[in-house]
Amino acid sequence: MTTPAGASPGPSVVLAPALEMRGITKRYPGVVANDAIDLVVRPGEIHALLGENGAGKSTLMNILYGLARPDEGQILLDGADVRIAGPADAIARGISMVHQHFMLVPVLTVAENILLGAETMANPVFLDRDEARRRIRELGARFGFEMDPDAKVGSLSVGWQQRVEILKALYREARILVLDEPTAVLTPQETEEIFTVLKRLAAEGHSIIFISHKLYEVMEIADRITVIRRGRVVGTRIPSETNEQDLAELMVGREVQLTIDRGESHPGKAALEVTDLRVADDRGSEVVRGISLEVRAGEILGIAGVAGNGQDELVEALVGLRRPIGGTIRLGGHDVGGHSPRAMNEAGVAYVPADRHRFGLILPFSIADNVVLTSYYRAPFAHGWVRDDDEINAAAEVAISAYDIRTPSATARAGTLSGGNQQKLVVAREFSRDLALLVLDQPTRGLDVGSIEFIHRQVLAKRDAGAAILLVSAELDEVLELSDRIAVMYRGALVATVDGRTADKYEIGLLMATGGRERGAEPTAGVSSGGTP
Amino acid sequence: MTAAMPVPKPQRTKTIPGRIWAAIGLPLVAILLAMLVGAIVIIASELLVGGGKLDWTLPWTAYRALFGGAFGSTDAIISTAVSTAPLLLAALGVGFGFKAGLFNIGAQGQYLTGGVGAVAVGVALNQASPLVAIPLSVLAGIAVGAAWGFIPGFLKATRGAHEVVTTIMLNYVAISVVAALVAGPLNTPGSISPITGDVGQAALPIFIGSNGHVGILAALAMVAVVWFVLYRTTFGFEVRAVGANPDAARYAGVRPRVLTTLTMTICGALAGLAGAGDVLGVSHQITSSFSTTVGFDSIAVALLGRSNPVGILFGAILFGAMRAGAAQMQIQAGIPAELIDVIQATVLFFLVATPVIGRIRFLRGAQAGIDTTQITRSYGEASH
Amino acid sequence: MDPLINGLYGIPILGILVQFVGYVVHVVPNISPLLLQAATPLALGALCGVICERSGVVNIGIEGTMLASAFVAWIVGVAVAPMFPGDPSPFFGVTPALIIALLAGLFTALLISLVHAWLSISVRADQIISGTIINIAAFGVTGYLFQLIEKGSPTSAGAFSAFSPPPQLVQIPLVGWIFEMFLNQGPIAMSVIVIVIVMQVLLFRSRWGLRTRAVGEHPRAAETVGIDVVRLRYRNVLAGGLLAGLAGAFLTMEASNSFQTAMTNGRGFIGLAAMIIGRWTPLGAFGAALLFSSSQAIAQSITFNPPAGDLGTILTAVPAQAYDMLPYVVTIIVVAGLIGRSIPPAADGQPYEREAAT
Repeated sequence: MTTPAGASPGPSVVLAPALEMRGITKRYPGVVANDAIDLVVRPGEIHALLGENGAGKSTLMNILYGLARPDEGQILLDGADVRIAGPADAIARGISMVHQHFMLVPVLTVAENILLGAETMANPVFLDRDEARRRIRELGARFGFEMDPDAKVGSLSVGWQQRVEILKALYREARILVLDEPTAVLTPQETEEIFTVLKRLAAEGHSIIFISHKLYEVMEIADRITVIRRGRVVGTRIPSETNEQDLAELMVGREVQLTIDRGESHPGKAALEVTDLRVADDRGSEVVRGISLEVRAGEILGIAGVAGNGQDELVEALVGLRRPIGGTIRLGGHDVGGHSPRAMNEAGVAYVPADRHRFGLILPFSIADNVVLTSYYRAPFAHGWVRDDDEINAAAEVAISAYDIRTPSATARAGTLSGGNQQKLVVAREFSRDLALLVLDQPTRGLDVGSIEFIHRQVLAKRDAGAAILLVSAELDEVLELSDRIAVMYRGALVATVDGRTADKYEIGLLMATGGRERGAEPTAGVSSGGTP
Repeated sequence: MTAAMPVPKPQRTKTIPGRIWAAIGLPLVAILLAMLVGAIVIIASELLVGGGKLDWTLPWTAYRALFGGAFGSTDAIISTAVSTAPLLLAALGVGFGFKAGLFNIGAQGQYLTGGVGAVAVGVALNQASPLVAIPLSVLAGIAVGAAWGFIPGFLKATRGAHEVVTTIMLNYVAISVVAALVAGPLNTPGSISPITGDVGQAALPIFIGSNGHVGILAALAMVAVVWFVLYRTTFGFEVRAVGANPDAARYAGVRPRVLTTLTMTICGALAGLAGAGDVLGVSHQITSSFSTTVGFDSIAVALLGRSNPVGILFGAILFGAMRAGAAQMQIQAGIPAELIDVIQATVLFFLVATPVIGRIRFLRGAQAGIDTTQITRSYGEASH
Repeated sequence: MDPLINGLYGIPILGILVQFVGYVVHVVPNISPLLLQAATPLALGALCGVICERSGVVNIGIEGTMLASAFVAWIVGVAVAPMFPGDPSPFFGVTPALIIALLAGLFTALLISLVHAWLSISVRADQIISGTIINIAAFGVTGYLFQLIEKGSPTSAGAFSAFSPPPQLVQIPLVGWIFEMFLNQGPIAMSVIVIVIVMQVLLFRSRWGLRTRAVGEHPRAAETVGIDVVRLRYRNVLAGGLLAGLAGAFLTMEASNSFQTAMTNGRGFIGLAAMIIGRWTPLGAFGAALLFSSSQAIAQSITFNPPAGDLGTILTAVPAQAYDMLPYVVTIIVVAGLIGRSIPPAADGQPYEREAAT
């Protein structure tokens, strides 16, 4: 029944696949999320699905789980063609999913969470809670841990919540278990423990689909690895016949990127000095763990890293949206740690957010109002409390022509603009003044090539005008194209820093995915301005 | 999950009639549909209690009487203005809250306490010069109403208590407080029933007809003031920014807590002014049964006017006219005044059911309903 | 014993307090059936709130639902009573007309809840506005029709009568009044205690209860395990409507035998307050409703029959309205978390959009 890890899974193996997805295609407006994807998962196999964020892994799994319907393609379970109508149908067919963001109700107990939707009944009305407790304990024991069925889920650590999710699947007697980035929120120890559980599950004949972008993890856990890039399958590998470099190349891609001439940078004196900065996320766990860095006037420091390694919180702390829990932020020699967004703004910090619909723009407002979003209260846009619409509209007209924003008028709502023009609007506002520090968080996400190039040129122009620029992006190409220096962020810390011009893409990709632990690279606590080799 | 970017629709340039239709098409259709429902109710009620004979023209008679009572004579128009004024002021407050994403159900309580505040000072100064008595009484009404709005604002900003719950509760607290004050400290000495003294010199001057008090002019002026504050001042910009996108507003430098408290206080001040105007301009004294329909009416008006002061003016005139004309309708057609509530609820229903109405073809041009369809935010997360 | 009590009375503040407790202990057993009667519409309204909000739908239209059901139950009773001549049965004074009237009231409440459910769940409109519409409409329609009907001086269809518990039970010292409180009641008031217990048990022990709590807290999680969030919310809002309808019917069929304009008089909103103070649990909501009704009953008792001495002077000095507003003030204090915060279900009031299945 089981396929031992490392055994040759060639075509000679006659075992029928537990799951086969054939030619799955899913289009969203403007994006092909899945493009004729084939995936074969055998019984007892841990099959890793490897790819960057946005490569289409989650879409594929949502299709498998009935949360999205494919435009083309078919799904076969044990060789039979099936249509999966929804989560309930998927569960009934033995497919269970552990979502990246846990689907647990914090105020309910472990037993209640596990029972939900698959209730064990004592009679037609009441739950059989004793039987449920017994089965939960038994299942836990079978896979090597002791679960208290009556604990409130909200009081459990993330690692234990993960186990509850897995028990949820086992309780439903799932044969195919999908785990979406299961280790994203776990400590290394917790990760090891979960891996032990997963290996036992596979040994009992469960098929496991393990979604990840962490190379060393899939090398450690998977029997086979399918790599997806931009909605397509670009290869399937067996860990014993591949290595991390090979996988990184597959995952990131080899295609030559159009590059613009970035010119020489002439760094001046330090504009931003961050020392031992620590920041917590909304749930209170420390996700920026003691970062120190320095950005000099007239240079671009790129922060490369897989999304979710603390970049968002770092950026929010730098622009005043999030109060640090420790460390200092100095701007031009003055301590600005914990200052309000407006104080940061007045100190010369500009910010292009990753999610322009959240922090960047007020979509129901006019273009003109968005142009003055951070300066509406001071001259020349206001005299005392009274707004000066003439000045505001004049500034908007200037921004529209200077940044080539395609719109019928300055009074049009920002929400009516295309994505590229919306981003140009954000850039127009943030760039149109003297800057001490420019914080760019994935500034070209979701844009067309023309807009990307335009924004890149503006960034370089700001650098040459003497602004210190911090560029955070999960798009490695973008970081490589613009940065004078590149620091790699991994699990809330900077693990390495390299020269932007000589940096090797695969080396950085590897650092992003592994934090440098496989290669034995020197993790550096901070990045000094002289950190170039 | 791959979040598909919403593909923006190409900007369509609209003709002037097209724009007007976009702004008022939906409210207009909602009002007409509601009148139709009102007519059906009238006919249905004839069937219920009419004893067999059915007068198909009764709705027409009723609406004609309603219109006559509201606009048929100078006196009628003045009484429409008198009943429009408080509605207008309270609805301006409710709409102001909507703009900031706050749902103030407390206009009723703010109106009542404002009225009591005005009468308390008015009675105390009823012998003083009107130049002193009137401004002080009005200010007292505004201040007490504002305080009644400050409480839910402050509790929301500092403790996360949802304003919908606290303002509902404060409405009932206000009823009790008013009753206790009128029966207690404010009671006219020697009177058997609970009633306050007369405000005397603090009464608002009549500028037209027999009851057209200057509070009407003040209410009209407030339309301009609120419009100016909302659209021409930095504070109004902050209010609208918080309502449209709280995250971006925070980045823009707005302090959401201060703004929430201040906005609710202003809502209360406007409703308090409404109460003061009615007490000083119309009744001149209050009894323990002092009550109002301004609370729900103002919500309906603010929704109908899409929180825009000018729209609210028209909405307030509509419902003010209905309230004023209802008596005539009752006398001439025998239709109870409560028909106004039925029409009001139906208007709201059609406005809220926009997604359904929006499918009607000729309404496609009209903007998708009230942009305030989802005002109540994070009720469940009220405790952070 | 007496010297001890007299001694306690001697200490000023404590004495007054002890006197007050003594007064309450003296008053409550005498009016115990009234306490449950006054609490019945509040408790049923609160239970309506619990069942809706536990599944994530805020319902501030309880007041209107109650009013409409009270009116329809009354008017249907009036209309059908002449068709069923004959004496009421000894069992709670039940007549066929009353049964039909009760069903009509419940059916009305069901229809109104269906409107609220449709607007809140399917249209995903603002649930507060939807509730407001129901309140205005119910006030308008009932007031309108009542004015027209009143002219004909309709005769009453009668009302449910109270059950008489055996005297031996009621006369048991110390606890007899408790039996009287729960047994010397009409059918609706008597059923409240049953409904409360059944709902409490179902909410925390049954499949429906588990799913309801999950949907109110984290609807997406519920959907990922195959629960139909929309259907469950519809069912709960409708079931809640039945409870509010029962509260309305109680007002015109058990507490009285006639209808008055706006006769709910804020009971639906006190029900909401009781729900919040009872922390969204049936038992807690019932307890809060009982507390509110007791405080008002004691306030009335003070007006008509004040205790002697200093205590009487102090209590009569407090305006009666202070007791009226007690539920509301306590609710504000509790939602502000000044004393023991009461936390609503996490997804309460938020329209749910199914994960796009395109």
